Amino acid sequence: MTRFALGALLLAGAAPLAAETHVIAPGEGAQERLQEALILAEPGDEIVLEAGRYTLTDGLSLDVDGVTVRGAGPAQSVLDFTTQQGAGEGLLVTSDGVTLRDFALENPKGDGIKSKGADNIVYHRIRVTWTGGPKPENGAYGIYPVESTGVLVSHSEVSGASDAGIYVGQSTKITVRNSIATDNVAGIEIENSRDAIVTDNYVTRNTGGILVFDLPGLPVMGGGNVLVKNNLVSGNNTPNFAPPGNIVGGVPRGTGIMVMANEKVWVEDNVVMDNPTAPFMVIAYTQAFDDARYNPYPREVVIADNTVDAGARDPDLPGGEMLLAAFGGTLPPLVTDGLADPGSPDVHPLATHPDIRGWSLGLSRQGQPLAEASPAPFAAPAYTSPWDMGDIGAPAELEARLK
Amino acid sequence: MRLPNWKRGSSEARRSPSCGGDARAGGGGRSFRRACPCGRERCRRDGRDAARAVRIRLFRRSRRAGACPRVAGYALNTPLWSDGADKLRFVYVPQGAPLEPDGEGLLRFPVGSAIIKTFAFGEGAERRLIETRVLLHRAEGWVALPYRWNDEQTDAALALAGARLPITTPAGEEISYRIPNKNQCKSCHSKDGEVIPIGPKARNLSAEWLTDMERAGLLTAMPESFDTLPDWSAGEGETAALARAYLDVNCAHCHQLGGAASNSGLDLRWEQDDPHAIGIGKPPVAAGRGAGGLLVSIAPGDPDASILAYRMQSAEPGIAMPELGKETVDHDGVAVVRRWISEMPHQ
Repeated sequence: MTRFALGALLLAGAAPLAAETHVIAPGEGAQERLQEALILAEPGDEIVLEAGRYTLTDGLSLDVDGVTVRGAGPAQSVLDFTTQQGAGEGLLVTSDGVTLRDFALENPKGDGIKSKGADNIVYHRIRVTWTGGPKPENGAYGIYPVESTGVLVSHSEVSGASDAGIYVGQSTKITVRNSIATDNVAGIEIENSRDAIVTDNYVTRNTGGILVFDLPGLPVMGGGNVLVKNNLVSGNNTPNFAPPGNIVGGVPRGTGIMVMANEKVWVEDNVVMDNPTAPFMVIAYTQAFDDARYNPYPREVVIADNTVDAGARDPDLPGGEMLLAAFGGTLPPLVTDGLADPGSPDVHPLATHPDIRGWSLGLSRQGQPLAEASPAPFAAPAYTSPWDMGDIGAPAELEARLK
Repeated sequence: MRLPNWKRGSSEARRSPSCGGDARAGGGGRSFRRACPCGRERCRRDGRDAARAVRIRLFRRSRRAGACPRVAGYALNTPLWSDGADKLRFVYVPQGAPLEPDGEGLLRFPVGSAIIKTFAFGEGAERRLIETRVLLHRAEGWVALPYRWNDEQTDAALALAGARLPITTPAGEEISYRIPNKNQCKSCHSKDGEVIPIGPKARNLSAEWLTDMERAGLLTAMPESFDTLPDWSAGEGETAALARAYLDVNCAHCHQLGGAASNSGLDLRWEQDDPHAIGIGKPPVAAGRGAGGLLVSIAPGDPDASILAYRMQSAEPGIAMPELGKETVDHDGVAVVRRWISEMPHQ
């Protein structure tokens, strides 16, 4: 009854509730049976994936509001896309109020689960795995909500993505928590998004751990107001295997937490260890752009109190050995390019905890090649009290769905 | 590609093409007759019935020739490419509610209208109807439904989940042809979350056809002014116009604001004239391995360095564009787009 009442709240004004359960078993015809259930479901319905391995040849899609797709667990109910012949992702969700939980996708040809314009979506105990490990032939994104308001990713796991394991783009009101990202190019990436919380995740063996980016030329611009807190970001040392041409192809192996061209990102209480290029990196967008709406500089990024090792001992940067020699064998844990928004001289690009030492590439203009860097020790101003972040993270209603 | 003689400007069109009236249709008169929608009442079942039904009879089973009133065949100047399938296109216009012009945009279809597209492969006696895609305009909006033809070629049944079947394309390639599922229909036929028709825009229809429709009372008036996409099959037109028309028809239903690929920032509509928006010098956003190691969607003068061409040239899921409705590469389309990029001055 609780669930029914909650559904009624969510779907007020939508079609009458049927709240039926459709049970799908693996085996012959699974593609058609599952896809038909996804099409014929009514708002409030639940589609249950029995335990087992589902062999799929085409992408699946869901376009009905308020539907729950529930498996028997991320190790038990496995949608196997190894022989996928068509579509750009394993599962595409384009409706609102959807809950995806307790199942896995393996080896989708493109992205794993993409939800586009799908507000208030929950990914819970979802696993997306490219079983061959890190390879450029793997799909780009594992969990991929985009252009949505209200996103909760919890207790999920992605490995092998050739771009980002968990990627939230052009969205607002986001929580990514209690999840594991391993063996991806980027573990977790928040891009052109606002009001996000990334917390309590384990991010290891990626090329870069947690990335907060803002990019030009997209319909939704102006990323910021992001809290990155209480994550374990360790051993992100996988050589970059992104197909060239992707923006994450430029992420150096061994990056822990990286903020590029964003405003108001607060990084606190993370454990950041064994990321041998840079535990923390805060930089401006590096490429040329032609978008008057875009600000390529970091503004008011705060690296607050975190647990971090002494710094980087094996940087994946041009002239890395000379850098190490110059800094006595270990690079300080924070690197910045030295750039600030020239249009807002009063806005600091970066403030840090006084115990976190830094160094700067000493660049003087956006887009300047690294060959012109003049590295030197760097001390950012100390931060003061946090700004009022407002009502950030996924709406409480999404958390309540998991109760 | 063979098209019925009423394609453009023929006197047949004026009479509103009829079900049985054209035995000259590509040597497949019987199939053509059966591919014709049979009537209004069966097109007006409500959405839920249509979706729940195992099958819905939209098609005339009888071989008896007879007029299908208020049904008009049409063709597009620049059609969507689908593995080389031959396509038979019809609109059904409800009694007393003719189509209305809407400038260069879609014609306005009143509630009760239907748009029907049947896909066929093979020539002469070997010709087979494969699938029919139907768009029905109901009071609550458009609904898109896929139907699969039976082996006997007597009827087509709803195939909500889509299907795969072996096909030999006109280019001689043996493929696993994909009939899209109902949601995949919407992937292309959507803008801002609503299902819409995408093909029959004034600029992609011949003036002759529009004139004939108006004379037949099926269109209230001619659109006041409209651009005309080039006749793509004839290869007539400047390279840029051919390429832009091709991209408009084959890509822009997703690649525009409000479309399924809006998050890419790429806008390939005919009317878009911002170079960055159509991909010139534009870095990829979420292309993944689809970027193919290339840096920009369009590198002027260099198609080999252009992601747009790279993805069109691929049939591999995760790389291929379009993502749906394509198992093979449209070599003619690739050639025109490559030529267009080649002719751009280097930057």
